[in-house]
Amino acid sequence: MMEALLHGTIDFLKLYWAPLLCGVAVVAVLPLIVGYIVLVERKLMADMQARLGPMRVGPHGLLQPIADAVKLLIKEDIIPDNADKLVFWLAPVLSVGAALLSLAGLAIGPAFQIAQDINIGILFVVGISALGIFGIVLGGWASNSHYSLMGALRSSAQLVSYETAAGMALVSALLFTGTLNIKSIVEAQSKEGIWFVMLAPVAFFTYLVASIAETNRAPFDLPEAESELVAGYMTEFSGFRWSLYFLAEYANMIVVASVATTLFLGGWLRPFASVPWLNVLDFLPALLMVAVAAYCVVRVPKQPTRVQQSFMMAVAGLCFVVGLALVAPVVLPVAKPFYAGIHGGFWFISKVSLYIYFFMWLRFTIPRYRFDQLMRLGWHFLIPLSIINVLLVGVALIAGSYFHLQGWGLLLVTTPAAVITLVAALLILAVDKERDARHDPNAASDFYAG
Amino acid sequence: MGPQHPSTHGVLRVKLKLDGERVIGSECIIGYLHRGVEKIAENRTYQQFAPYVDRMDYVAAVSSGLGYCEAVEKLLLAEAPPRARVIRTILTELQRIASHLLWLGTHALDIGALTPLFYCFREREEILKIFEKYCGARLTTHAFRIGGLQYEAYDTFEKDVERFCKDFESRIAEYETLLTNNRIWIGRTKGVGILTAADAIAFGVTGPVLRASGVKWDIRKAAPYAAYDQYKFEIPVGTTGDTYDRYLVRMEEMRQSRLICLQAIENIPSGPILGKVGKVLKPPPGEVYHAIEAPKGEIGYYIVSDGTVMPYRVHIRPPSFINLQAFDRMVRGHLVADVVAIIGTIDIVLGEVDR
Repeated sequence: MMEALLHGTIDFLKLYWAPLLCGVAVVAVLPLIVGYIVLVERKLMADMQARLGPMRVGPHGLLQPIADAVKLLIKEDIIPDNADKLVFWLAPVLSVGAALLSLAGLAIGPAFQIAQDINIGILFVVGISALGIFGIVLGGWASNSHYSLMGALRSSAQLVSYETAAGMALVSALLFTGTLNIKSIVEAQSKEGIWFVMLAPVAFFTYLVASIAETNRAPFDLPEAESELVAGYMTEFSGFRWSLYFLAEYANMIVVASVATTLFLGGWLRPFASVPWLNVLDFLPALLMVAVAAYCVVRVPKQPTRVQQSFMMAVAGLCFVVGLALVAPVVLPVAKPFYAGIHGGFWFISKVSLYIYFFMWLRFTIPRYRFDQLMRLGWHFLIPLSIINVLLVGVALIAGSYFHLQGWGLLLVTTPAAVITLVAALLILAVDKERDARHDPNAASDFYAG
Repeated sequence: MGPQHPSTHGVLRVKLKLDGERVIGSECIIGYLHRGVEKIAENRTYQQFAPYVDRMDYVAAVSSGLGYCEAVEKLLLAEAPPRARVIRTILTELQRIASHLLWLGTHALDIGALTPLFYCFREREEILKIFEKYCGARLTTHAFRIGGLQYEAYDTFEKDVERFCKDFESRIAEYETLLTNNRIWIGRTKGVGILTAADAIAFGVTGPVLRASGVKWDIRKAAPYAAYDQYKFEIPVGTTGDTYDRYLVRMEEMRQSRLICLQAIENIPSGPILGKVGKVLKPPPGEVYHAIEAPKGEIGYYIVSDGTVMPYRVHIRPPSFINLQAFDRMVRGHLVADVVAIIGTIDIVLGEVDR
């Protein structure tokens, strides 16, 4: 009796309290993570632009995010006179709520998933994160300003257009697994021994472009194009409300990067996880950490003050400990059960970081699209391309099952499919160019109609 | 839009009539920076007024100063000595590069490319350092003096200029890799803000904006001043007069300016730097109009003297002001996003528009 009760309690805790705790942890930690993503972005930007970036708060500006957060929190909260107060209050909350909620469905490792094993996993994540657009539209509308409204309209038109292309890209990848469950998708890639990015490269590319547009990042950052619309839908928001929008934007970046990682880049799997002689790669994470630690130690004498020196030592120590934690499951039999969790987390986070790094890199390198160009790219190019791709991937899969191909062998049928899709892409571009030549480019077009 | 808007380059206010995002009419509202420069001139001696012209186009102060000094010299029937003229040419060409760099950086930023701004400022910094070493000021330099130069060139002047010119070639290539063949950049600038040659002439537009429309008019060639007749350089012209053409023309102008600087430092004549103009300037009664090719176009000074130490009337023909006239013609039928591109491509400085 007692035992049953005990088991019941444990089950109850496992079922309800563990996810709740994880959820609280995400909500509490995510702002900090986002803060540091912003810091990394600023540092990267500075590096590419031949300057230093934030250097004042903490060694190399390491405490900058915390200073920024404090500044935003103690700022005056301004609500414009003519704003719709309730909606103005609700909009940023909606935006950030949707972004955080969609994180719940993601699996960082085989063990780390807040909403465990939802059978519509990907659909849940994509659907909830798309809800965030309501926050933007409502916010833009409620602030009662031209710039905000225009930003909000642009944002909604853009999201609707690119969501379609992104959805189609996801479908091409899902064809390989036949399931929407996130864990099963990764396991399918593990079983096949090949990531879906190899099997459906065009879909990955389409998703990459569409996801940049969906998160309103450059070169598709028109809703907040600062040179045209001041700050778009965020123009009238200040202080904490503004930071909520900011948080939502970066959380969305994490979400799309995680979806791409899960579907195309093998989720938490190590590169070449099924090739036994490449198991030495298991030492890579630990080596990386030790290298960072060593670099910190070498740089200590260069720090100007005692405090900064000890800070650097602390960072080095932390990296070293993490390195130890990463190497333990590989060498110690006792720690073997934790291998999947720890290394899965490492690879997943690395892949997500790479994906986000690519976003940032693009932002610093290329100019912004104009709105009609953006819409044309979406409707005239990406959507047809992704539909053709879905069809061809389907045909390739049928051919694959006819010839009993598996894993790397599938490349025999999917590569021709990708090539044909690329030819189709060139055709679409050519047709588009010809239509351009026939039409006066300045003729009025109603691009909000999309 | 404006006067406080991130991409109106100062305090320009533009009233736009929109249909959706399409512009069907526009009106520029200027005057937020009006200081009455021309009226001030009537109450200052000729020398006292010289620093004021630096504060019109404050990103190309050297060029404004050159125009004013030469105009007064013409009125005095005096001439600057050869050494002064060559050094004037070098500094003015450096200023042209600096002004175009600032234009490129901000123009690219308006269109959404963040990085070129910092690259441009890096090179502009080198030029400003040369100015600082030469006359102590970086922006409002007041580098010249009526009749010649205020200061002798410093010891390593030639070496500094030469080093800058040597480095600058690869730096321009760097900007070009970021922008010239970029599909998005071409999409945003090609066919945007077209100004036909006839329109450009009718509006009185000058400078790179005129040349991009296909009119080969450059005062440096048409009526050489300073030492420009001694140097070989090309005048780049565009074909269609769109924003992309204006971009290409300005890029090529920077290259040509670099070549002029290189030619000039090879052979700087020795001799005095200040002609005989006397301490108190009292030009004979009369009037003069003198124009030079500033980075943004023709900057002209019309000065009337009544024989006293102060001018009777000074009228300034600022290129930014005149070029801005063409804005409405260029912007009609385009989108809001193009408005900022077009404001950027005209390359205005509000200090000069409003005076």
